[in-house]
Amino acid sequence: MKHEKIETHAGLLIVLTLIVISVGGLVEILPLYFIDDTVEEVKVSGKETVRPYTPLELLGRDLYQREGCYTCHSQMIRPFRDEKLRYGHYSLAAESKYDHPFQWGSKRTGPDLARVGKKYSNEWHVQHLIAPRSVVKESIMPNYGWLIETPLEFKDISDRLRALKLVGVPYSETEAEYEANVERFGEEVAKQLEIINAEDNLIEQAVTNNYDGITAEITEMEAMVAYLQVLGTMVDFKQFDDGYFATFR
Amino acid sequence: MSETNAQPYNYGIIRLFTIMAIVWGVLGMFAGVYIALELTWPIFNLDTPAITFGRLRPVHTTLVIFGFGGSALFATSYYVVQRTCQVRLSSDVMANITFWGWQTSIALAVISYMAGFTQAREYAEMVWPIDILIAVTWVTYFIVFVHTLARRTQPHIYVANWFFVAFILATAILHIFNNMEVPISLFSLKSYSLHAGVQDAMTQWWYGHNAVGFFLTAAFLGMMYYFVPKQAGRPVYSYRLSIIHFWALVFLYMWVGAHHLHWTALPDWTSTLAATFSILLLLPSWGGMINGIMTLSGAWDKLRSDPVIRFLIVALSFYGMSTFEGPLMSLKSVNALSHYTDWTIGHVHSGALGWVAMVTFGSFYHLIPRLWETKMYSDRLIFLHFWLATIGIVLYISAMWVAGVGQGLMLRAFDEYGNLAYTFIETVEFLKNPYAIRALGGAFFLIGIVIMAYNVFMTIRQSRIERVAMEAKIAAKLAKA
Repeated sequence: MKHEKIETHAGLLIVLTLIVISVGGLVEILPLYFIDDTVEEVKVSGKETVRPYTPLELLGRDLYQREGCYTCHSQMIRPFRDEKLRYGHYSLAAESKYDHPFQWGSKRTGPDLARVGKKYSNEWHVQHLIAPRSVVKESIMPNYGWLIETPLEFKDISDRLRALKLVGVPYSETEAEYEANVERFGEEVAKQLEIINAEDNLIEQAVTNNYDGITAEITEMEAMVAYLQVLGTMVDFKQFDDGYFATFR
Repeated sequence: MSETNAQPYNYGIIRLFTIMAIVWGVLGMFAGVYIALELTWPIFNLDTPAITFGRLRPVHTTLVIFGFGGSALFATSYYVVQRTCQVRLSSDVMANITFWGWQTSIALAVISYMAGFTQAREYAEMVWPIDILIAVTWVTYFIVFVHTLARRTQPHIYVANWFFVAFILATAILHIFNNMEVPISLFSLKSYSLHAGVQDAMTQWWYGHNAVGFFLTAAFLGMMYYFVPKQAGRPVYSYRLSIIHFWALVFLYMWVGAHHLHWTALPDWTSTLAATFSILLLLPSWGGMINGIMTLSGAWDKLRSDPVIRFLIVALSFYGMSTFEGPLMSLKSVNALSHYTDWTIGHVHSGALGWVAMVTFGSFYHLIPRLWETKMYSDRLIFLHFWLATIGIVLYISAMWVAGVGQGLMLRAFDEYGNLAYTFIETVEFLKNPYAIRALGGAFFLIGIVIMAYNVFMTIRQSRIERVAMEAKIAAKLAKA
């Protein structure tokens, strides 16, 4: 076929272009949904340890997105010696399997946060978020003082969980779904995933842990710190043989 | 200039898009300089949520990519398709819909980010109602463009239009598939992405890199293929090369997004495939660059006298440079150092400032006198703009090379006992000077476009004065007769 034919027929140009631009995406994206090894299986004593976020953690994650934290912090540790020493074990695909959207980031203006959970105390995080330079003198992070001044808005928490359920996160609404979660994650986690109890669970987690150090009300800081403290803590690498996760790569 | 359908071309819509491109350009580059200052001196965040770096960064990227770049593409594609098909845009109403739909989307996006509403996916931060508005606008654009092509009086579709067609189609596909999301309710702006984790990352960077590939490259090549031959007064160097590099470029680009995900939890086969195609992509990229530069060849003497040619030749040079740097950075071993650092930021800007903005400035300085039927108010200001922009880019990307390579090396350095040689915060301290120089480079570039805005404003005013004078002359003549 002479190229002249394409140049003189707009319809043909459009159809051929569509075909040519579709190939790459189809070949690279679709298989990721069908190849089982893409996301690792992480089970300890028959239970999955990577679980969906609790309501409080989820709201923290949504605040993390609202403030654009991903523009400076990655959540994806690469399999290099320096990153292992600095941040810990490289990130697994399984660790972000419930992340809608993913927050791997593309730039480290600040350090990676994939395993920041439990590394610092709640008090440190609160102080650091309010005034980063009071903790790390050379930091260039903005102050996030308003997090502790603003009460946490959580009236729509069940809407959020329901939307996530729709895209495949196993929050439960029916008894059968709850039982399936008990089977999958254990009873303690399954209770946290019940949409009907979302508000109560959120308040209970906030009151019990008191992440922000304020008892009078639940602030945005509470959710943010709850989220930061869970990052990277769901896989206990001591439970797995060396090289187990490498089999998925 | 009274506008009627009897006029052969719809220039009114092009004038509107041209003006808005400059307006968004000034605002977007101002936002860029401001966030550069925030990174150097965090006091600039002013403890104000709406202007902290995390919220302003998408404001900057959206304004320059979609506000400035997008409006410039609407303007030039509408101009090129009418001139090369020798027919008026098929529908004035639909063209107006694309204008208002696009401008509203940009304005709403900026306001919503500052208020904290975002999808938190790079370059696709717009919340779902804006996504829908963009989709509607884009389909309208497609219809106007294709309908105009179909009514052409020339048998052949000019090469620039192939690139515009590919850009419109690809952007539609990318926008729709990357923004599949579920709102938490019809009355909330919050939504969750349909994909999660590794699949979400792959989809997002398939989108993200092709926002570069089709929005910022293919479409601007369309611009190049019209304005370079026009301004040089010479035909396109090689017709055959344009065919080959067009099909190779649009095929290969769609494969390379995963090079943003080297060494991550994305499977190795995907990122290796992406790296391979990234290397291959060098060929069609340079095919376009060579075709452009060789078109100018033979008109080199114009470099001395014609500021527009200068913008175009520098744009093509930066296009060649950054499409060499890109494949280099997509190599896994290089990427291990460059990823997560400012090297990437420098690379993006050598493409965005050096190629996209420079080719737009050159095209606009060619286009604007024709749209307003006059000469540019000042050629000297165009030369000044050229030098400010060029110096600005050089400062910017050199600072980012130092910052990126320097930080990358520091982060992987070990002392004699095998411990990390530097803490993370020590690398942040190291970045202070490069960051200050980057802000300075950005400021040069910003001043350049402000001068352009002034020059264009005065040109439009001059055109009005000339028209009034002309009308008075005609009236006087008629009165005498």
